[in-house]
Amino acid sequence: MDQASGRPMDRVLFGDNQFFGVNHMSEEKARAQQMRFQDLRSVIDVLDAAYQEGIRTFMCTTHDRVSEICDHFRANHEKYPDYVFYPCMPYAHKYANAVTEHGMIDALRMFLPDDGALGAMVKGGVALANKDVRAIMQLLIDAEMKMFHGLSTPVIFIQNIVTDLLLGIGMKDALKVFADHVRDKYKAEPGFITMNLPRLLDVLDELKIDNPIVCANINKIGFRMCGGVEAYEKTIATRRFRPIAMSVLASGALSPNEAIDYVCRQPKIESIVFGASSRGNIRQTKAIIDELSLPA
Amino acid sequence: MIRIGLIGLGKMGISHLAIVRSHPQVDLVAACDSNAYLTDVLAKHAGLKCYDDLDRMLAQEQLDAVIVSTPSKLHADMVGKALNKGLHVFCEKPFVLDLRDGERLVTLADQKRLVTQVGYHYRFVGAFQEAARIVRGGTLGEIHHVRAEAYGPVVLRPKGGTWRTAKNEGGGALYDYACHAIDTVGMVFDVPSAVGGVVVNRLFSRDVEDEIYCTMRFPSGASGQLAVNWSDDSYRKMSTRLTVWGKNGRLNADRQECQVFLREPHPSRPDLPKGWSVRYTTELTDEVWYYLRGEEYSAQIDHFVQRVANRQVEGINSFASAVATDRVVSMIRASELGDATWTGVEPAAEIPRLPSRPGFWDRLLGRETAGAR
Repeated sequence: MDQASGRPMDRVLFGDNQFFGVNHMSEEKARAQQMRFQDLRSVIDVLDAAYQEGIRTFMCTTHDRVSEICDHFRANHEKYPDYVFYPCMPYAHKYANAVTEHGMIDALRMFLPDDGALGAMVKGGVALANKDVRAIMQLLIDAEMKMFHGLSTPVIFIQNIVTDLLLGIGMKDALKVFADHVRDKYKAEPGFITMNLPRLLDVLDELKIDNPIVCANINKIGFRMCGGVEAYEKTIATRRFRPIAMSVLASGALSPNEAIDYVCRQPKIESIVFGASSRGNIRQTKAIIDELSLPA
Repeated sequence: MIRIGLIGLGKMGISHLAIVRSHPQVDLVAACDSNAYLTDVLAKHAGLKCYDDLDRMLAQEQLDAVIVSTPSKLHADMVGKALNKGLHVFCEKPFVLDLRDGERLVTLADQKRLVTQVGYHYRFVGAFQEAARIVRGGTLGEIHHVRAEAYGPVVLRPKGGTWRTAKNEGGGALYDYACHAIDTVGMVFDVPSAVGGVVVNRLFSRDVEDEIYCTMRFPSGASGQLAVNWSDDSYRKMSTRLTVWGKNGRLNADRQECQVFLREPHPSRPDLPKGWSVRYTTELTDEVWYYLRGEEYSAQIDHFVQRVANRQVEGINSFASAVATDRVVSMIRASELGDATWTGVEPAAEIPRLPSRPGFWDRLLGRETAGAR
């Protein structure tokens, strides 16, 4: 159970890559999707189709455009009474492009709140001067969470680019700061997205983050599963954590049946996240997951 | 364990820090940067030993190798110091701004038998490696034309003040984007021997170019075109694409996929049928021990580490290979400074309008042009 929603994570979560031109296989497909989803209406139509198929959780990056989606769900709460968002922060290209343009410290300043919340500004300035990583991270998390205000966000994720960067650099404490802040301020469960599952779990153990929600690529061909398929299978079978499988179709390299069958045969995977653009694909994938998830 | 020192903690430096620190065969001994804010945070929260002075780091630490990820204008001096200390060097791209520095450093590293590598990470992208196998293996037949393109959203407004927007520090789309596209051409096909028709233009930047276009000539007689624009936000991130035409077909490659069209099957690649075939990054990419932002960033560091471990001077992206790319960049710079030749009519505003003879259609239709008579 998650403290905010009072319900366990759904088995099927809806992802957002298709909406923002992220496609690991083809730039042409990515561009076609960008064109198709330029209009908010077409995004909402797909989310509606997924909702009608029983998918009530939207796992999304904090892309600027997600704030428009949030506006829609806030304005139409009665239509989606049980809908929840799983924010994944940050949308990294926003930061990377700013760092290229302004340098690291000025980019950081840009993303700290400056909307007249005097307290926050002072805190931000002081935190910068003191190199107070905790205070800076809290402010950045708050800035990213603003768009979700008034919506249910029972699990909040840190994106793999940041999780794995902190993991590689060795700034482990920052992962703890994230987990604490998400729990304390948003009454939400922290989630960690990673491409380096076994390595991350070692560090989360070290930080005493018990039974963490971790979202990782889990697919039959080992696509972006650092450590390899075997290490992942062993980790899933033996370690204490709550796995969410993403990239189960390995960006389309596997057939849905084969792909989902593999994931569903792994023990204790709580949820599977996938993205699709047509009602037909959503229905088909959801049906396969439901069927293969039934207790034997 | 390979003992490495990291010089420069900007965007690429931080990325290298994460990758190198997680490498099982590397002991990242220390890092060096002039930004005290950053080094304090890393020292305090990541337990990283930091220096603000390169000479001091080189004097005090026992190192096998360094990674240089500072602004490009600093490369030549820093790389020279490291080589003179007998250290193997991985240096970010573009390698150096002055060709003579590059040639001197190639010679120095050769004399000392040191491992050198430059961060042209596209050489570790599965789809481009496949493209190189197909082109260099002769599958496409004789190559007659190559197009290299790089687009992305870096400078979108008239502002910005980092070294990337200062030309004499190695900023601008030519150094940041075009050199990747040029290097990838060198990887897949060949290094251009001449450039012409160079257009180097500013859109939003004050001091540096935002777009570059030119025609390339190759030793074989093949031609090519380069098109680069870093002010194009229809792209989510930098996108580099290569198209190669040969007498037996054509190939498109980008980070995601390698598409091949063959007029006839070729014995060099019995797996590729007549017509189109596509291979995706999922099948072309080897797994890495640690993933941050693309397998290629990890793979290039691992390649360097293995070469250092085995004292293997030959390898991918050596200084000599990067200098070949720098040489093309210099040719484009030289043309931009006034060597460009154009054939055709000068812009109308520059010359008085001459009376013209009525054209064929005018005469046919019994019409005369305004300038006549």
